[in-house]
Amino acid sequence: MDTLILSRLQFAFTMGYHILWPAFTIGLAWFIVFLGAAWLRTRNPVWKQLQLFWIRVFSLAFGMGVVTGVVISYQLGLNWSAYARATADVIGPLFVLEVLTAFFLEAGFIGIMLFGRDKVGDKIHFAACVIVATGTVISAFWIISANSWMQTPTAFTAASDGRFVATDFWGVVFNPSMPYRFAHMVTASFVTGSFVIAGVAAFWLRRGRPADQGAARAAFSASLLLAAILVPLQMEIGDQHGLNTRQHQPMKLAAIEGRWETGKRVPLTLIAWPNQKEERNDYALEIPVLGSIILTHSLDGEVKGLKSVPAADRPPVPPVFFAFRIMVGCGVAMLALAMTGLILRWRGRLYDTRWYQYACMAGVPLGFIATLAGWMITEVGRQPWVVYGYMRTADAVSPIAGGAVASSLGIALILYNLLLLGFLWYAGRMVFRGPGDLAPIPPVVRPVGAHNLASIMPRNEP
Amino acid sequence: MIDYSVIFALLAAVAIGLYVTLDGFDLGVGILFPFAPATSTRDTMMRSLAPMWDGNETWLVLGGMVLLAGFPAAFSILLPAFYVPLALMLFGLVLRGVAFEFRSQGGPFEIGWTIAFSGGSMLAGFCQGAILGSFIGGDVTAVDGRYAGGPFDWLHLFSIVTGLGVLSFYALLGACWLIWRTEDNVRIFAREIARPALLATGAVIAVVSVWTPLSLPTVAARWFTWPGTFYLAPLPILAAIAWTTAWLSLWSRREWLPFAAAIVLLLTALAGLAASIWPDAIPGVMTIWQAASMRRTQVIVAWSVLLILPVVLSYVGFSYWIFRGKVQTVRKANTGY
Repeated sequence: MDTLILSRLQFAFTMGYHILWPAFTIGLAWFIVFLGAAWLRTRNPVWKQLQLFWIRVFSLAFGMGVVTGVVISYQLGLNWSAYARATADVIGPLFVLEVLTAFFLEAGFIGIMLFGRDKVGDKIHFAACVIVATGTVISAFWIISANSWMQTPTAFTAASDGRFVATDFWGVVFNPSMPYRFAHMVTASFVTGSFVIAGVAAFWLRRGRPADQGAARAAFSASLLLAAILVPLQMEIGDQHGLNTRQHQPMKLAAIEGRWETGKRVPLTLIAWPNQKEERNDYALEIPVLGSIILTHSLDGEVKGLKSVPAADRPPVPPVFFAFRIMVGCGVAMLALAMTGLILRWRGRLYDTRWYQYACMAGVPLGFIATLAGWMITEVGRQPWVVYGYMRTADAVSPIAGGAVASSLGIALILYNLLLLGFLWYAGRMVFRGPGDLAPIPPVVRPVGAHNLASIMPRNEP
Repeated sequence: MIDYSVIFALLAAVAIGLYVTLDGFDLGVGILFPFAPATSTRDTMMRSLAPMWDGNETWLVLGGMVLLAGFPAAFSILLPAFYVPLALMLFGLVLRGVAFEFRSQGGPFEIGWTIAFSGGSMLAGFCQGAILGSFIGGDVTAVDGRYAGGPFDWLHLFSIVTGLGVLSFYALLGACWLIWRTEDNVRIFAREIARPALLATGAVIAVVSVWTPLSLPTVAARWFTWPGTFYLAPLPILAAIAWTTAWLSLWSRREWLPFAAAIVLLLTALAGLAASIWPDAIPGVMTIWQAASMRRTQVIVAWSVLLILPVVLSYVGFSYWIFRGKVQTVRKANTGY
């Protein structure tokens, strides 16, 4: 195994592991904001109870996201130094702006969000929650912008030594695929968050402990309503994103579809085994013409095939092909869950349909799986390019010994999986104890000065 | 015409200075963990950091990204050169970061997270020091703008000494932080442990101050030729005053004073190293002007940093102010959550 393969494996693993946390925390942060607003407005203790609970879960997930994110930011230079040098003039400013406008915002106010409620009062605490939630979205904005530029590079010229030079800062930021990608990712994290909340609430409902019921019903209702709005919206955004991909990254789309020959009135391949060696699909199940309709929104739309470029310029087909079907499958399952929720709500059976509660509990991982699969399509589908059409991944790698990469990959595999177990253990314990247990977060013994501050700040505790 | 490369060197220095000061004291608290007399002491020590550690660590990311955007040629050589210690440092920081969250949950694995917190802090601190030592020692070799050495070029006696030096420096900062922010038993412990930390720190500064001019002629030339000596003389004098102040004030009633003195000592040490290296981005390999990114990039980044950083500093300050005052020494009220 050489440095390139190992570096790609390492990046795929650390990135795939990292993305789980933003995918969860962006949506959860805004749910916490919603709960805070509902509490400030109605003063119904159920909202505060839920907010306290989800802030605790948030603190765990946020911590995981932060530490794995720091690793990613350095990995750009550690494993991909040639890439870093070539593109620093284009995307370097985006990373700096991310740190300045998002990381510090989140880090500066997360302390108040977690430990500061009793010190600053409800309103400033609410403001801190809004700021942290805004920070998560701003962070996603810059990161997605940088990633999108690598997918659909614009607004640059290439210098004689191979370095990319930006010609227009905002042209780089708002590159052609950026709005679709950003909308798709943020919606994905809202959807992921809402299914986690729904699944947890379903568990509380199913267990039926009286102290939890108020909070469980409120959370179940709100999260499923959100899902019923967002899942169809996400499918529409995904469709638009697909049109954009066809225009700017035709080979990625061809790999998604398992399409080898360029053609009009192409069929939709439901399932198949893409055979990269013989350049065809084995065991294909196809629906005629539907491919053109979905991909181009017209009967006669042309779809480029993989054979239109040399084999060396094609992405690996099977991972992209199957990841896309997994993503869409999860999306369909989530749509079914959300719509069933609407029907049950209409019939007044939302809180007492046993099988549906089990279905919602089973639905917790769907958003995570779909997000991971989506990133796999995006990143593997871009290969063999790191900057689409301009710089190959093979030319991006650092001049380091394979052994060093292999060892750090090994450590990362063990460490990250241990931490995941830790997270599941502690978060699972919280869920099991339920929102009825209103014990404060442990590091709650306050500095003396904070008491003084609390006395001069307006307080609205009942 | 503004020389943006110089501005970037200053920005990088500010980010590094803020990082080692802020994350320095919270890594230092982790380094002191094994010496703490009781679990309740450790709880208080950790509690004094819980609201800030995340913000402190962010300066490390800012430093890295400013280096990427401002000096990409240096960034793309230094990171592969320090692949092993940087990767170990990152894993140490990962362990420490999650230990903050997990340890506070209590339960049967608490001791494991205590060890992870302490071990992660030590690993990160040592690696940072070793990287620093290897960097100023001129171990980095590059050919055609690419790193051309092996994965363990950074590891030798001098970098081990600087690694241990940074460990003791952080321990000193952590102890002084605790003197300022805690009371009762924790404060007594901090005052007692601060003395050996201060001695170790002083010894390492002395070793480095003798070692570098002896082994690196460029450093010797800078410090021991007139008028360089005259301009640089305030640094060692200030360092000596800061060290003495810290030593004399450990048991003083002005509890913020040792912390302030330790920070001054740290900053003078850093400034001394920077003065030895200037204007090289990588000693012996390239200057800051050779490492710089395009002027256009520098203009964008420099102005966004200069405009946004004051805002950042103001709300970071606000957050510190909210959590000011003594952390009370009380064992967790309950073990729930």
